[in-house]
Amino acid sequence: MSATAAVFELQQVRYRYQELTALDGIDLRIEQGSRNVLLGANGSGKSTLLRILDALYFPSSGSVRFHGRELTPKLFESDENAFDFRRRVGLVFQSPDVQLFNPTVFDEIAFGPLQLRWEREQILSRVNTVLDRFEIAHLRDRPPHRLSGGEKKRVAIASVLVLDPEVLLLDEPTAALDPRSESQIINLLASLGDGRRTVVIATHDLNLAVDIGDRCVLLERGRVAAEGDPREIVRDTELLGRVNLIHEHLHRHASGLVHSHPHRHPHEH
Amino acid sequence: MDERAHSRAGGDRKLMASRSARRASAFVEKSIHSLLETADYAARAERRAESRGLLQRLDPRSKLVGILLLIFAVVFSRALWPIALVFAAAVALALGSGIRLRAVAVSIWIPALLFTGAIALPSVFVVEHGGRSAAFLVSRSLTCATLSALLVFSTPWPALLKALRALRVPAIAVAMLGMTYRYLFSILDIARDMMESRRSRTVGALSGAEQRRIAAASAGVLLSRSVQLSREVHLAMLSRGYRGEAFTLEERRMRPRDWTSLALFAGFAALVTGFGR
Ligand SMILES: Nc1ncnc2c1ncn2[C@@H]1O[C@H](COP(=O)(O)OP(=O)(O)OP(=O)(O)O)[C@@H](O)[C@H]1O
Ligand SMILES: [Mg+2]
Repeated sequence: MSATAAVFELQQVRYRYQELTALDGIDLRIEQGSRNVLLGANGSGKSTLLRILDALYFPSSGSVRFHGRELTPKLFESDENAFDFRRRVGLVFQSPDVQLFNPTVFDEIAFGPLQLRWEREQILSRVNTVLDRFEIAHLRDRPPHRLSGGEKKRVAIASVLVLDPEVLLLDEPTAALDPRSESQIINLLASLGDGRRTVVIATHDLNLAVDIGDRCVLLERGRVAAEGDPREIVRDTELLGRVNLIHEHLHRHASGLVHSHPHRHPHEH
Repeated sequence: MDERAHSRAGGDRKLMASRSARRASAFVEKSIHSLLETADYAARAERRAESRGLLQRLDPRSKLVGILLLIFAVVFSRALWPIALVFAAAVALALGSGIRLRAVAVSIWIPALLFTGAIALPSVFVVEHGGRSAAFLVSRSLTCATLSALLVFSTPWPALLKALRALRVPAIAVAMLGMTYRYLFSILDIARDMMESRRSRTVGALSGAEQRRIAAASAGVLLSRSVQLSREVHLAMLSRGYRGEAFTLEERRMRPRDWTSLALFAGFAALVTGFGR
């Protein structure tokens, strides 16, 4: 075992949706303050794994530990344990339409603190700080479901970061954004990693892996296919081709030099 | 719808089918569009709610109780004219509160008339005094629907949900109501997307049977996507600390004005009940 403390430790985690096995024996260690990127093609199990880490799903078999304590449905029966965990771990969902269920942006951001029974004054001041920090103060009274894609994403991230969680889980934070909103979000995410917060990002965006991650976990049909430095994994075109993260012809094109944006312009070939 | 078309020549028939298909889907699209528009209008009640206007200035609880009392009075009235009086008062309140009558007509009056009309109309011809009972059915439902519209269009939705909680309506029922309202938008959006993508994929005409088959399949898909959506939303709530009862900010106090208006509502309801005996 390494010297740094593990936030999450997963042992042989399996997860089944009815007859479909989405996670098939995952062993994983997430270290404190690390920035992890879960890479994988559609359906490889990224979202499922994040939900396991957020204790929304519990493994069908195997175990998940958070700071050494096993996460089980039993543990979450107590309000105290549940609040403690929800306060420390936050998940930004893949679809903002799922995440944004409040009538106004203000209510959306206040939702978490309210559920955790913070003091009224503390909530008001914290929500206002977050509104300013994410440059969404002008959206305060708007219904979140009527915002643009980029605005929705910022509100969704703000609604989780308002609790200042020590672990931030993000499910495809840059999917379906235009290039400008995408770079805004990337800058925002890059500014979050101050070495204190642990970040886990699920994506099939190789750029994001290199820009933000210091560690990469490659998933293939519910298993860990590779683990390591994102720059090395992104260079392994044969591996990426096999797990469907890049195209056949790109693969040829990219051999030789490092082609760090292969997914960006697949149509040009 | 294509009975007549069958007797025509092939080419003609195809043209008819395609035209009626377009007309039918245009109608559905229009309805969804107007529903979305009305829902948006209701959503903006949140902003207008802070504005002037008679009803907007009242505490949601006094509005809720007052309007419930009037609804009871209408339901138990055995004479028509007190119901008409409440209806007139409701329209006056709508005007005094800046609520657009067009929105009320589209979202409330037309559906209420179509629905109760369909039930009541046959009785006009079949039952003795059928006309009278039909008039009661229609006027009651129209008036009650208008009263509820006043409430919804003049009150921020979260405040209304809180008022329901204050009246001891179970938390789970209130939460479900809130979600239904919120996700009506998403579900209507899904429906609209499905319609548009289907239109872009269908070239030329479809037969009536094909249309019905597609409509049934779409309804099935829409339902399962709605169920999945609600499951996901529940997870998103849990993730942020939700434990079965949603907490909200802001407590309002009942002011003298709220008590006065509640008394006015109650007095009016008592009068109507008295006249309607
Ligand atoms: N609610 C569900 N019910 C049944 N099967 C599901 C459900 N959610 C996901 N799956 C299946 O589990 C597998 C893993 O899905 P998951 O959503 O974790 O993949 P993903 O890597 O996040 O994919 P994407 O990149 O498309 O988001 C897929 O085969 C998917 O079809
Ligand atoms: Mg996913």
